[in-house]
Amino acid sequence: MKVRAQIGMVLNLDKCIGCHTCSITCKNVWTSREGVEYAWFNNVETKPGVGFPKEWENQDKWNGGWVRNKKGNLELKIGAKRRVLANIFANPDLPEIDDYYEPFDFDYQHLHTAKDTKHQPVARPRSLISGQRMEKIEWGPNWEEILGTEFSKRKKDKNFDEVVQKDIYGQFEKTFMMYLPRLCEHCLNPACVAACPSGAIYKREEDGIVLIDQDKCRGWRMCVSGCPYKKIYYNWKTGKSEKCTFCYPRIEAGQPTTCSETCVGRIRYLGVLLYDADRIEEAANTPNEQDLYQAQLDIFLDPHDPEVQAAARKEGIADNWIQAAQRSPVYMMAMQWKVALPLHPEYRTLPMVWYVPPLSPIQSAVEAGHVGMNGEIPDLKSLRIPLRYLANMLTAGDEFPIVRALERMIAMRAYKRSQHVDGVEDVEVLKQVGLTQHQVEEMYRYMALANYEDRFVIPTSHRAYAENAYDVKGSCGFTFGNGCSDGNNDVNLFGAKKQSVRQVIPVTVKE
Amino acid sequence: MNYLNTFFFGIYPYIAIAVLVIGTWIRYDREQFTWKTSSSQLLEKKQLRRGSIAFHIGILAIFAGHFVGLLTPSEVWHVLGVSTSAKQIIAMGAGGLFGVICFYGMTILIVRRLKNPRIRANSSTMDIAILLLLYAQLILGLLSIFVSLGHLDGSEMLKLMAWAQNTVTFDATTAVAAMTDVHWIFKLHITLGMTIFLVFPFTRLVHMFSVPVQYLRRQHQVVRQKAAR
Repeated sequence: MKVRAQIGMVLNLDKCIGCHTCSITCKNVWTSREGVEYAWFNNVETKPGVGFPKEWENQDKWNGGWVRNKKGNLELKIGAKRRVLANIFANPDLPEIDDYYEPFDFDYQHLHTAKDTKHQPVARPRSLISGQRMEKIEWGPNWEEILGTEFSKRKKDKNFDEVVQKDIYGQFEKTFMMYLPRLCEHCLNPACVAACPSGAIYKREEDGIVLIDQDKCRGWRMCVSGCPYKKIYYNWKTGKSEKCTFCYPRIEAGQPTTCSETCVGRIRYLGVLLYDADRIEEAANTPNEQDLYQAQLDIFLDPHDPEVQAAARKEGIADNWIQAAQRSPVYMMAMQWKVALPLHPEYRTLPMVWYVPPLSPIQSAVEAGHVGMNGEIPDLKSLRIPLRYLANMLTAGDEFPIVRALERMIAMRAYKRSQHVDGVEDVEVLKQVGLTQHQVEEMYRYMALANYEDRFVIPTSHRAYAENAYDVKGSCGFTFGNGCSDGNNDVNLFGAKKQSVRQVIPVTVKE
Repeated sequence: MNYLNTFFFGIYPYIAIAVLVIGTWIRYDREQFTWKTSSSQLLEKKQLRRGSIAFHIGILAIFAGHFVGLLTPSEVWHVLGVSTSAKQIIAMGAGGLFGVICFYGMTILIVRRLKNPRIRANSSTMDIAILLLLYAQLILGLLSIFVSLGHLDGSEMLKLMAWAQNTVTFDATTAVAAMTDVHWIFKLHITLGMTIFLVFPFTRLVHMFSVPVQYLRRQHQVVRQKAAR
């Protein structure tokens, strides 16, 4: 047993209101630069939809993630190492900028400087890549917002596979939607790391954050294809790949990531998970895709177990990390209550950002009294979002864990309602879903009240002890390239175009 | 004319190689962030696929051909049983074939770089300059095949080999002497080649030193530990 610790995240989709505050604060902090305008380390998709980039979940098209090869070994879906290198001159599995969208801005200045014309001046869009006029914006980072675009396009959503009669969900009365905020999964078995020919991407041992070494990245762009979540973005300006950093400078200081901190719905949770690093490959290589969820649960370790604690200490994991693991909301939701589930476990990357599936309104027929009841709990088949749709997204198609999670959330509501409204303790409903009174009170505290200090249990990482702080004194910090080399000036013999230069064509107004 | 010969075939190669070595070293040491392929595939994929693959296959084969062909002493060829005229014909054939492949790819890449507004806007002056420089060099090389048709015995090739081999063994006088009366197209080709060496550290070509062969041997996963505990 080799114990390692990771900061994991849970997103409670039941409470996501789709406000995009996470995306905006993330963009302001990390990607408000030329070259990555199109990149959203965090984005919120309206599902069903093809998503961002288009059809990212369709691995028949993009070949992301892992597969088991004929010998029963794990192999990248883009191919074995030899094939990865053979495709190095032109990567066949790389999305083009239009699969994301062409970044644009508007000529706002024209509104100030326009001469007297017959028609009111307008701010027209221009491309942020070529600087040229865009006559029409065809796609954007969130084009499908709240069921935008026609159903015939949105139904390409891969999660519709094996959903019976998917076409009926195009009807106005039958339609459904949910929000899916997405960021890098900081996987235990990251496909991006495995695909990087330069070895520039790495997983940090101390907290599991996956980062790209910008100095070592050579721009072979295999990581973009390797990642099945398409959460690595190639910066077309710097020629390097970039990804969600899990706001590691904040995490190291014990603060939540920007997206979590600013989440107005309080849907995000951060906490430590201990796991057995020796069994990663075994778990990722589970033959049956539907067993991958359980296999991943199996390698998580119980932080209350003295044996695990001893093994963790032996690996040099600090005591405050072990204590944080015991109070980890992520551990509770994923392991104890089993209400949080991994996103697309079938990609075999063992993702570490998990999701609580959303409840959805009961169909109108049910309200009229035709509701199928399963004991105290309404039959989940009468929920608007098809179970199979959620199962395809979170459990490789296995509906059982979805049903268990949703039923537990309904039971929590029923229990608290009877407690507050009727003044009785409805233990029947708890018995039906296998929860104790203590557990459901905890669930209520964490999921309904969701206090800041319960949502974010992040131990500081003792960097000052781990590194020689004297060497770090006066060092570069976050700069581009050789930002603090002496003699650094505007002229760089080796550099590409400057980061800050934006190509703009002058606007000519036809009178 | 003699002083020009002395400079371009006796002195210039050493300047070019010195700049290449020292410049590349400094860039690798101090400017890692700029060390990259500078791929523009994200902005345009279709033409890149056709152009880049042909270009790379062509130019790598040509580069290997020049390296082996120019620097292997003629004695070795004799031992191997390859006569000078046979070697000349092989060089023309293989060079011509891969030259045409490279020409095909490069033409696509140049059109793409100059005509595609996205690529053009995102090209540095050096990106365009090195592409045109390589293109000119390739065309000179292809044209020299027709000149070589007049020397199928390989006599002209022997002079070029003598120049290359004496240059790397620091016998500049002999190297210059070998070059005095070769056809002007070879002189131009060599001078331009040395110029490419000269500008090499300042272009995206440096990515060729980072061919990721170690990828085949390394484990899939990379985990970094904190500096020290």
